[in-house]
Amino acid sequence: MTNEQIQSRLIEKFGEALTNFEESYGMLSFHAPKELNLKVLQFLYDDETLQFRFLTDITAVHYPDQVGAELAVVYHLQNLTTRTRLRFKIFTSVASPQVFTATRLYASANWMERETYDFFGIDFVGHPNLIRILNVDEMDYFPLRKEFPLEDQTRVDKDDDMFGR
Amino acid sequence: MSNPHISLPQGSLEKQTTTLNLGPTHPATHGVFQNILEMDGERVVSAVPTVGYIHRAFEKIAERRPYYQIAPLTDRLNYCSSPINNMGWHLTTERLLGLQLPKRVEYLRVIIMELARISDHIICNGVVGVDTGAFTGFLYIMEFRELAYEIYEEVCGSRLTTNIGRVGGFERNFSNAAFEKIERFLKEFPKALKEFETLLVRNRIFIERTQGVGAITAERALNYGFTGPNLRAAGVDYDVRVAHPYSSYGDFKFDIPVGTTGDCYDRFLVRGEEMWQSLSIIRQALDKIQDLPADVYHADVPAYYLPDKSDVYTKMEALIYHFKIVMGETDILPGELYNAVEGANGELGFYVISDGGRSPYRLHFRRPCFIYYQAYPELIHGAMLADAVVCMSSLNLIAGELDA
Repeated sequence: MTNEQIQSRLIEKFGEALTNFEESYGMLSFHAPKELNLKVLQFLYDDETLQFRFLTDITAVHYPDQVGAELAVVYHLQNLTTRTRLRFKIFTSVASPQVFTATRLYASANWMERETYDFFGIDFVGHPNLIRILNVDEMDYFPLRKEFPLEDQTRVDKDDDMFGR
Repeated sequence: MSNPHISLPQGSLEKQTTTLNLGPTHPATHGVFQNILEMDGERVVSAVPTVGYIHRAFEKIAERRPYYQIAPLTDRLNYCSSPINNMGWHLTTERLLGLQLPKRVEYLRVIIMELARISDHIICNGVVGVDTGAFTGFLYIMEFRELAYEIYEEVCGSRLTTNIGRVGGFERNFSNAAFEKIERFLKEFPKALKEFETLLVRNRIFIERTQGVGAITAERALNYGFTGPNLRAAGVDYDVRVAHPYSSYGDFKFDIPVGTTGDCYDRFLVRGEEMWQSLSIIRQALDKIQDLPADVYHADVPAYYLPDKSDVYTKMEALIYHFKIVMGETDILPGELYNAVEGANGELGFYVISDGGRSPYRLHFRRPCFIYYQAYPELIHGAMLADAVVCMSSLNLIAGELDA
């Protein structure tokens, strides 16, 4: 099963909804609208030719400059029969980060989504137990968002014209 | 008063259960794991794992570091087999940069990675023995983890958190002492491993304690995102070394052992057989490097690989490259990559997004035991407390990796 076949099968089903198909380092990648994330996952799971039935990873990325689509949720899937990997992303705004949960389809999504919520504040709608997992419960911010600084920005001892720290 | 959230196993008396805190610093958990167990007498009714006790925000730290400075962070993920994590990160960076490595470097890496796999499995299988009451085997084969650590020491200078290798190869060539120690390992370890297996594999007490304990079907294991020996024990032959070969693993002949029931006993057997396969891979790799030039230990990529110190003091280009690499001023091209290696306990993935700067825009570690640990409450539901302890150690959970 080649990436072109996967792409044409997906376009056959979802038409114009899926965009930005590209192949980087051999892995097919595309963007999906955020309302369709479960439909795409379910279709990839059920379809006889595709059979992407192993959820490798869920994570998120914060792009503060993309107004209205600041947060990307990234799904990595694998077809274990043909050993094909695939990645797709959905974008959501940071103001209303509601995304449907994949826990009904994949038991492994439970903690992956909790981790994503913990670090990015993605609100997985329908998740059975969406609480912080690695950080302390009292935390009131989402540390992997870009606005959360890595080190004290007021430090002067590391200010250097040459290396821009 | 009964708790509506607790479903009691069939046949148990409807009564108040006891809450038991297993961990976070209990010696039987072998790491910082906390489980709040609801106990009905000796039986586990429900378990709520709490994780994150040693979370160190590696993904955030990595967003500020040059690529070569992220390797020491990966040491601290699965610290029982840190060379595999280091190599995984170097391989990811090299794939992002499109570097081709000489065959000898790839084979040397395979030797180190398989040694790390053996030393990880030694601990896991040894500890399963300890938790079932056989301390001798653990102490006996621990000697060979020490030997493996001495080999790392010969190659890179450190033992536990190795930071072994560099982007493009190794920091120095393997010494003769290193090869002698590898030969010694290959000569002496099989004998000890055989004795260790004789001690446990057909041992009635061990079989009674592990067979049928913590079993999982292949379907549930896949649904829970199991990878590595735990998935193979359930009967799925998924191994990243074969499915997506890296570092010339395609050149080697080895078998993927699989189990059938996915219980603690099968996990033990799969790990045991993997050690034999790793020994065979190391032997094959040693044979293969005999025919290759012995002075090649890194790729010829001056922009990414630190030049020799004597060149830095005498040659202009070497000085420039040294300066640029050390100050982290070598930019990486923009790109997005998911790269995985077969860690000792599963698929260790690196999802990196580069925006062209000196450090990754985003780096995510796919830590195998973080993902499969969530099956633990299901695995021990209705089991005895002592079985819960064996089940936990046979899953090969490493707190450092789980909490990243």
